[in-house]
Amino acid sequence: MLKTFRIGGIHPKENKISAGKSIQNIEIPEQVIIPLSQHIGAPCQPIVKKGDKVKVGTKIGKSVGYVSANIHSSVSGTVLKIDKALDSSGYRRDAVFIKTEGDEWDESIDRSNNIKREFDLSSEKILSKISEAGIVGMGGATFPTHVKLTPPPGTKPEVLIINGVECEPYLTSDHALMLEKTEEILVGTTIIMKALKVDRAIIGIENNKKDVISRFRQLIKNYPNISVEELKVQYPQGGEKQLIDALIRRQVPSGALPISVGAVVQNVGSVFAIYEAVQKNKPLFERVVTVTGKDVKQPMNILARVGIPLNNLIEKTGGLPETTGKIVSGGPMMGKAIASVEIPVTKGTSGILIIPTLEAKREAMRDCIRCSKCISVCPMGLNPTLLMNLTEFEVWDRAETNHITDCIECGSCSYICPSHRPLLDYIKLGKGRVNTIIRARKN
Amino acid sequence: MENKLIVSPSPHVHSGDSIEKNMYHVLIALIPAFLIALYVFRLDALAITVCSVLFCVGFEYLIVKYIMKKQPTVFDGSAIITGVLLAFNVPSNLPIWILALGCLFAIGVVKLSFGGLGNNIFNPAIAGRIFLLISFPAQMTTWPVTAVAEATDAVSSATVLGNIKYAPELLPSLQEMFLGFESGSIGEMSVIAILLGLIYLLWKRVITWHIPISILATVAIFTGIIYIFNPIPLYNPLIHIFSGGLMLGAVFMATDYVTSPMTKKGMIIYGCGIGFITVAIRLWGAYPEGVSFAILLMNAFTPLINNYTSPKRFGEVVKNG
Repeated sequence: MLKTFRIGGIHPKENKISAGKSIQNIEIPEQVIIPLSQHIGAPCQPIVKKGDKVKVGTKIGKSVGYVSANIHSSVSGTVLKIDKALDSSGYRRDAVFIKTEGDEWDESIDRSNNIKREFDLSSEKILSKISEAGIVGMGGATFPTHVKLTPPPGTKPEVLIINGVECEPYLTSDHALMLEKTEEILVGTTIIMKALKVDRAIIGIENNKKDVISRFRQLIKNYPNISVEELKVQYPQGGEKQLIDALIRRQVPSGALPISVGAVVQNVGSVFAIYEAVQKNKPLFERVVTVTGKDVKQPMNILARVGIPLNNLIEKTGGLPETTGKIVSGGPMMGKAIASVEIPVTKGTSGILIIPTLEAKREAMRDCIRCSKCISVCPMGLNPTLLMNLTEFEVWDRAETNHITDCIECGSCSYICPSHRPLLDYIKLGKGRVNTIIRARKN
Repeated sequence: MENKLIVSPSPHVHSGDSIEKNMYHVLIALIPAFLIALYVFRLDALAITVCSVLFCVGFEYLIVKYIMKKQPTVFDGSAIITGVLLAFNVPSNLPIWILALGCLFAIGVVKLSFGGLGNNIFNPAIAGRIFLLISFPAQMTTWPVTAVAEATDAVSSATVLGNIKYAPELLPSLQEMFLGFESGSIGEMSVIAILLGLIYLLWKRVITWHIPISILATVAIFTGIIYIFNPIPLYNPLIHIFSGGLMLGAVFMATDYVTSPMTKKGMIIYGCGIGFITVAIRLWGAYPEGVSFAILLMNAFTPLINNYTSPKRFGEVVKNG
């Protein structure tokens, strides 16, 4: 029996239309918009001004505070302005507008294609390189990687877990990356093991990506401390806590970090970015983005620089289909619906999903028939229908004692509900409220 | 184009599951029992079932439209299920006007006066049956001679549980009870047909095993313990499981979403409660049969059970390692 996590879970239609397609390049547009907040934590401070010349890889935003990540230019050219621009959050936030001139890279970046396997750096040096390169969690959470790789005092990491699950339907960017950059990811993994001072790493991959699993198994002989684990396809296995449970049978307690069970999890996209940062001196300014959808002419995986408008990517796949009803940044389960195709690619953009109108509309909500399917599928073992009711009637104390804050917002409850109840919408609201109350109590 | 984009929170896909799908799965699962009923009671079973469904759907339509003044919801399938289950719980020779009263009570009082599907406390079909049993005890316990029995010159027309206390020599064989050729209410007799329905419901994931299995296991263990000390038919666990409305109740009535607990732990408590009360009524009560009373009583406990049981939380109970 293949391993998977032990509580709840669903198996939505995979719809990985762009699976196995090689990574395409895309032309750099005349202008890019690079948001100064592409991560969880404090937005960056711009360190360029109007008229400044920048190269590809020039730092343009300096991280402020502990939880933050540097931002680098993805093109060479002239800074036009620093102004508000719409991003995938739906808000207008500070961004650097750059007019493109040629494609001149910073001299320190090694642009060769050969794999560099050897490294001789201390843990601290690796971390400072990662921090300098502005790497964040590229599975979608965009938490600054150097913070995650610095375990809090008193904790000791035992095992590094590499997240190659890609459990969201439709998305194939991690799949494509793992297929084409297999060995780079293995080198990146050894770099992180060195940084964390652990001697064991497990790469978890769902068995709908058999080609990737066999690629890794071929190469892994030279990496004795890394193992590859084939996992049963089950959503939300890419959730950190679920993946740890699936691979090493340990459950992270409520409110605790993975390090409390000795695990550190990194997404494969971040691992590749770490390889490039440490071995090639290349900061994070481009990533693989899946552009997909049932009516998209040519769904594909595109290596896109940060700051390119999503519209350019969509045009490359044959343009926006007539039937378009909704455009999602990310996957169908946890992605964000966006209001404009002019927003730029950021470090956390894993995919663009174009949903036809027919599937984009929600059906009318009906009364709860207490079928308890939401309870069965909740991967955190919560009672979604109760939490929705408690939120609706603003019973915050009971919402808290029923662990509303444990919700990972995977959406399995809303997905399964035969009455089409917007369970997660309410739970997100309630969770926010309860978190505010808890914070207020602490102060 | 831009202005027309739909922006809503995640998730952006749905399983496609619906109330209707679940209800129609239940109806499909009831087909084997219905076929056995047609074979045993012939046209009487057909007439009672069709009338019962028509009454339930009709009453729901009229009440929702003209009294509650809402959009009628009859096509969600729940009124059809109530109709079929109520029919399955009455003798095939029940006068139609009595049946109509039962349907009106089940739909009008038990279901709609609480707000309709999802809001009722008691299972409408069970409450309807009990209403009829208390109001019309004679008609509700006069069992027809089955078509099969006529063919074999048998004259018995009491149910297994009716005979078990006072005339154990008249009991049919276990095999007959398993197939469903003994006398009783329309849809309750055939163990094998109901088991087929159970397998279908489990396969389609409409229900989980927790409620039916905990009911059957409790009945088997409870009567089994007594049987060890006193091996007479009255205490035979197999007879108890194969007879009366136990199988129908455990598979189709106790598992009603709306009136059963929502957590796995709660489902097991609820199932054990039903099993225990059923056996207590059968062995020591005035009625020969106790399944419907047991379910009704445990329906009343469901909100309490829901309140005191919570699902197994991630990182809480499971041992690490």
